[in-house]
Amino acid sequence: MLSTWRLVKGLLPRLLLRHQSVKAAVEIEESVVNKLWSIVGEKNVSLSMAVREQHGQDESYHECMPPGTVVWPTSTEQVSDVVRVCSEYNLPMVPFGSGTGLEGGVNALQGGVCINVSKMDEVLEVNPEDLDTTVQPGVTRHALNSYLRDTGLWFPVDPGADASLCGMCATSASGTNAVRYGTMRENVMNLEVVLPDGSVIDTAGKGRRTRKTSAGYNLTNLFVGSEGTLGVITKATLRLYGIPEETASAVCAFPSVQAAVDTSTEVIQSGIPVARIEFLDEVQVDACNKFSGLNYELAPTLFLEFHGSKSGVNEHSDRVAEIARDNDASGFQWAADADEKSKLWKARHDALYADLALRPGCKSYSTDVCVPISRLPEVIVATKQDIEVFKLTSPIIGHVGDGNFHCFIILDPDDEDELKRAKEFGLRLGRRALAVGGTCTGEHGIGQGKLELLVEEVGEAGIATMKNIKQTFDPKGLMNPGKVLPGFHIN
Amino acid sequence: RIIAMAVRVLVGCKRVIDYAVKIRVKPDRTGVETQNVKHSMNPFDEIAIEEAIRLKEKKVAEEIVAVSCGPEKCQETLRTALAMGADRAVHVQVDQQQYESLQPLAVAKLLSKVVEKEKINLVVLGKQAIDDDCNQTGQMTAALLGWPQATFASKITLVDDKLEVVREIDGGLETIQVNMPAVVTADLRLNEPRYATLPNIMKAKKKPMEKLTPSDLGVDITPHYDVISVEDPPQREAGTKVDSVDDLVAKLKDKGVL
Repeated sequence: MLSTWRLVKGLLPRLLLRHQSVKAAVEIEESVVNKLWSIVGEKNVSLSMAVREQHGQDESYHECMPPGTVVWPTSTEQVSDVVRVCSEYNLPMVPFGSGTGLEGGVNALQGGVCINVSKMDEVLEVNPEDLDTTVQPGVTRHALNSYLRDTGLWFPVDPGADASLCGMCATSASGTNAVRYGTMRENVMNLEVVLPDGSVIDTAGKGRRTRKTSAGYNLTNLFVGSEGTLGVITKATLRLYGIPEETASAVCAFPSVQAAVDTSTEVIQSGIPVARIEFLDEVQVDACNKFSGLNYELAPTLFLEFHGSKSGVNEHSDRVAEIARDNDASGFQWAADADEKSKLWKARHDALYADLALRPGCKSYSTDVCVPISRLPEVIVATKQDIEVFKLTSPIIGHVGDGNFHCFIILDPDDEDELKRAKEFGLRLGRRALAVGGTCTGEHGIGQGKLELLVEEVGEAGIATMKNIKQTFDPKGLMNPGKVLPGFHIN
Repeated sequence: RIIAMAVRVLVGCKRVIDYAVKIRVKPDRTGVETQNVKHSMNPFDEIAIEEAIRLKEKKVAEEIVAVSCGPEKCQETLRTALAMGADRAVHVQVDQQQYESLQPLAVAKLLSKVVEKEKINLVVLGKQAIDDDCNQTGQMTAALLGWPQATFASKITLVDDKLEVVREIDGGLETIQVNMPAVVTADLRLNEPRYATLPNIMKAKKKPMEKLTPSDLGVDITPHYDVISVEDPPQREAGTKVDSVDDLVAKLKDKGVL
């Protein structure tokens, strides 16, 4: 009975909310602004509409929803004090790292205070002998890898954007290297988090940085992927890896999507430790060619990379070349030198921007399903058919080694019908993935666009458990309301 | 095409504050804060080392000697150079206090002496250091040695014992040919430097590092100019918004711009 009541209590207001055009950002009271000034300093509080709008959107198609104010704390204590003030005044809070998310995670659906942590930008600790580092939330992945360059170490998780590492923790991000080095889930050792009541915890204990642990509940991984709904991450301890001795990159075109994807599944099933195996359909290759000045054949393509010793790399690439040939690949093109390799992977990382350039002025709606690799060929083929049926501009690019691929649907934000078609397409794709034991989101997160798919994915009992957790950490529902879990917003 | 001479390369590596650090001026305005601040190899020197290593990989260069002038910590920078692929290192020891006033002319003199000692016939330096932005050491070294200089290089090729260098200049690109031995300074687009990998960092620990002093080389490093003060750039002031073109024109006239 209680759970039904909670469900109704939660759903009804949300249904009402959907019918209002909640565009106006809630203005913050003067007394609150004064309190914020006293915590972070006047310079670090902005009420300017332009700044608020910048913080009310990310790289997704979701409509800009500005917060009432943006603050820039410069220490964990300040974050904690800001959170306490917001809690006292029942103001929603939205943590903001680099604003490069793809699911509208930072849009302040109910206004409130945007907590921009980018000024906390120090690499606090690097322990090369232990292969770990601790960073503040303003440190992005490129900044960290640049800092580490003389140590021979790197942090390999590489989503397309130069994202904040703590933001990557919040969305459980992944990248082209996940097939070899794992995603954020496998690479976060400890987090310092400011909870919705202002208290500060270290999920694995203060200063702890062990490669494994079985001490108590795994709080670290509770927060990885929580998308700012359970607290504000103010520190992350991450695993580092040795920069590969030797790398070799190759590009391989195929006569069909099936052949390309079959090749990638066979490579994984043969146990070859490929470092990157990325699928691009011909639409994506075209976009990349145009944007990055390349000249690849317009066909379903795999971009591959091998890491290891010279002999290891040669062995792996020979074996993969053989598998590709067996699948009628039309050529295995090696990127000869460092500059060429760099150009290739930059083009891959710029894929979304390349796609946006296909239709300037448009926004992107990206899908992010991940399925067991044996089901990938059928899912991608069916998806490509759907793209035709729904008449969408949608290049496909994917981390096929993980069974994860993206449709970057490029749409005109003013074309309501196109958006409607894209959403329906996305829903069908999400359900297609769920039907084969997959997930609706491999690495981008639920954000605000996939709430109903999450319910279908984890089921009623799963959602109820998640809601219990949310209720425990954030009884007032102030932390990033409207994201991840349905039915949470300010009363 | 037979290359008659064995090319022996000297590369300069300066230890500077890392390019990503937010620089803070010391309260007494005598310089910038360097304590507990991340330092690394000058980025243009990384490019210089990378180019030398590529010449060695193409079997054009026979040996690469990395040189750094400064206090003990410069050895870290030299180890990075060795890890990237330099063969030997030379550390010209200058104590911390003298280092703070070590200037390009003194460095050029020190490098020239090392060049003679090591029988170098190609010097590759970064075009400038990102801390002082002097852009002088390469040019002065060439003058002291009486060698030709090819500065702001964005491409270097050895053709029949001469160097063909593409230089980045204001008007575009200029290709020159210089006789060897020569001094080249590296510009940004010359190459993208490799990262030092763990096995190479391990190997670098065993590569030879020679320690010398300026007096061993017979060089007087007394500075020739003094830095009087170092200040922050002026704080940016708020602008004003205008409502129309007429308004803009009026304001520009007020300021005497129109």
